[in-house]
Amino acid sequence: MGKRMKRLGTAAVCLLLAAGSPTTVRAEEGYTYNYSYWGEVQASPDAYRVSQVVTSSALGLDVNLKTPEGLFVSGDRIWLCDTGNSRILEIQAEDSGTLSLVRSIDSFHGPDKDEAFAAPTDVAVGEDGCLYVCDRDGQRIVKLDGEGNLLQEFTKPKDANFDQDLAFQPEKLAVDSAGRVYCVAVNVNKGLIKFEADGSFSGFVGAAKVTYDLADYLWKKIATSAQRGQMESFVPTEYDNLYMDEDGFIYTCTGNVTAADLDSGAADAVRRLNMMGNDILVRNGEWPVLGDLEWEEGGGYKGPSLMQDITAMENDIYAALDRVRGRLFVYDDQGRLLFAFGGNGSLDGHFKEPSALEHMGRNLLVLDALAGSLTVFTPTEYGTLIFDAMDQFQAGDYARSGETWEQVLELNGNYDLAYIGIGRALMRQGQYGEAMEYFRLKWDDENYSRAFKQYRKEWVEDHIFLIFGAAAVVLCVPLAAGKLRGIRREIDTAEIFQK
Amino acid sequence: MTNKKQISGSRYVRSLRYALYCMSHPLDGFWDLTHEKRGSLAAANTILLLTLLARILKLPFTSFLFLQVNWEKINIFLYLASVLFPLALWCVGNWGLTTLFEGKGRLDQIYMATCYAMTPYPLIQLPLILLSNIVTQEEGQFYMVLGGFSLLWAALLILAAMMEIHEYRLGKTVLFTVGTLFAMLVMIFILLLFFSMISQGIAYFVSLGREIIFRM
Repeated sequence: MGKRMKRLGTAAVCLLLAAGSPTTVRAEEGYTYNYSYWGEVQASPDAYRVSQVVTSSALGLDVNLKTPEGLFVSGDRIWLCDTGNSRILEIQAEDSGTLSLVRSIDSFHGPDKDEAFAAPTDVAVGEDGCLYVCDRDGQRIVKLDGEGNLLQEFTKPKDANFDQDLAFQPEKLAVDSAGRVYCVAVNVNKGLIKFEADGSFSGFVGAAKVTYDLADYLWKKIATSAQRGQMESFVPTEYDNLYMDEDGFIYTCTGNVTAADLDSGAADAVRRLNMMGNDILVRNGEWPVLGDLEWEEGGGYKGPSLMQDITAMENDIYAALDRVRGRLFVYDDQGRLLFAFGGNGSLDGHFKEPSALEHMGRNLLVLDALAGSLTVFTPTEYGTLIFDAMDQFQAGDYARSGETWEQVLELNGNYDLAYIGIGRALMRQGQYGEAMEYFRLKWDDENYSRAFKQYRKEWVEDHIFLIFGAAAVVLCVPLAAGKLRGIRREIDTAEIFQK
Repeated sequence: MTNKKQISGSRYVRSLRYALYCMSHPLDGFWDLTHEKRGSLAAANTILLLTLLARILKLPFTSFLFLQVNWEKINIFLYLASVLFPLALWCVGNWGLTTLFEGKGRLDQIYMATCYAMTPYPLIQLPLILLSNIVTQEEGQFYMVLGGFSLLWAALLILAAMMEIHEYRLGKTVLFTVGTLFAMLVMIFILLLFFSMISQGIAYFVSLGREIIFRM
């Protein structure tokens, strides 16, 4: 009896404990957030969670990763530049999600002898399956075939446009479908260096515009050369990284920006370049594409976000990696922040020195140079719903997109884009009045105007008789009143009554 | 008794209606406002109240396309002070300056004329609130232009009012308007100085007291 009671008691305690402990592991408060219309931080459910953190031991390597800097994804393959160990790792992502090492490339067959990499910083795979590697300390870009034979070298351009005193140290590269190579090199601020497929230098692309105001210019004119040396020079900013999206447009990002330039709009943290090198990034959001809006000192970090790497996913959604606070910012095709998450530290999902960002489908991969690890993020239910809703809208399935946004709203009632998404879906279905209400709630003036225009048109068409009736009344009543008054005066002044 | 009240009531209505005449005939209107005593302080107060009312009604009822209000940041008293404080400074500054230079207007007349000159603001802004709700963003130009027009009209009326009640020429009026604006700045500066001096003085004695308590 007593024993039985005890057992029952234990079971009850166990049940209580089970009920008390949360069923899902909750991330820290404020890990994922967004900015409201007024620029205030709004906590949000996690859109991404860490699914695994891969280190060298998980891949079965003897030597730890040392300052890895480059990452490239093609299909289910990941190429990782282990810069400090001068080797490139090819990793296969299994269907189950586990990552396994395919091979480690530390040398290749040159024309005469086998050659080794010297601090490879970035890697890309062309349409033809060839591997392009930025061999930074080797001062060249090498093109290798599948067997590791050297096919081609891209070396320092012999061109007057390129400063010949400067060592050619390619850091980051992208390859387009025609085999043209775009690269970012150390100390080159004229834009991206473009090589034709045959290896010839064909110029710079997308140089950042130099802007300075008249006051700066006048000061420079009257300053002595010593003073001038002290001043900041008007040089275009260097790009930090680039990514070629599936349409052949190049996303670039730079951390060489000052708070003042970002504030005044003179500098862009993120650009999207077309073939002409012009910036075509859509900036329709309430806030510019520059990461964090709050720059005050907090947690030992201050100043604007400095973008280290960028990657573009489906539907022109892109993510940028901030190296100051170790955060990822995901934007939609209109340049509106979908969500931001991450942080500095040694917990999973936090970084010590994030160096590269890539995506595999909807998963995000972040390389940490100091920790020597690769973090794999997978979208949560919340993140998946957001992506689905945008996907359905792009595909023209407005009704389902609206339903998906409703589900997002159930998970996060503060999500502005869900309201706007529902509104847009309603507008496409001709429910302008309801759409207006959703847009009004989240201050979307453009869409509100669009919906209101249609709403007003319909209202006027429905009430056309009422409007004409009212107009007739407004016009006729004073007329009639005037007439009546005239008649009365005539009666009053009529001679018959004067007597 | 009731008869007298009726007359004063009708005088109030007549003086209020006179604001409309001043709007369209500023030179003639503002001359008669004081010289023929056709205006009244009660009507001036009414116009000021209407102006404040228009300012307040603007906030919740203007379409968000043209005015985005962050309700958490709104302090209604500070918001009203943004009209009343400059108005008080203007009246005092203008009176102080013009009395020294043969201005014929008294302080109450300056206040009355300035309030009368603000008539276009409520008269245009109140219907504009309605208009803002039936136009789209592209048609917003109408709203902007009309809003600017109401301010410009009021500014011109203030100029005309000052000219007439002080019996000045146009050149002199413009000169003294600029002078008044400068006087307003000086007054703000002195007020700031005054408040910072007072607070520093108080802080000195507070810290002195603290020190004494600490020593004892």
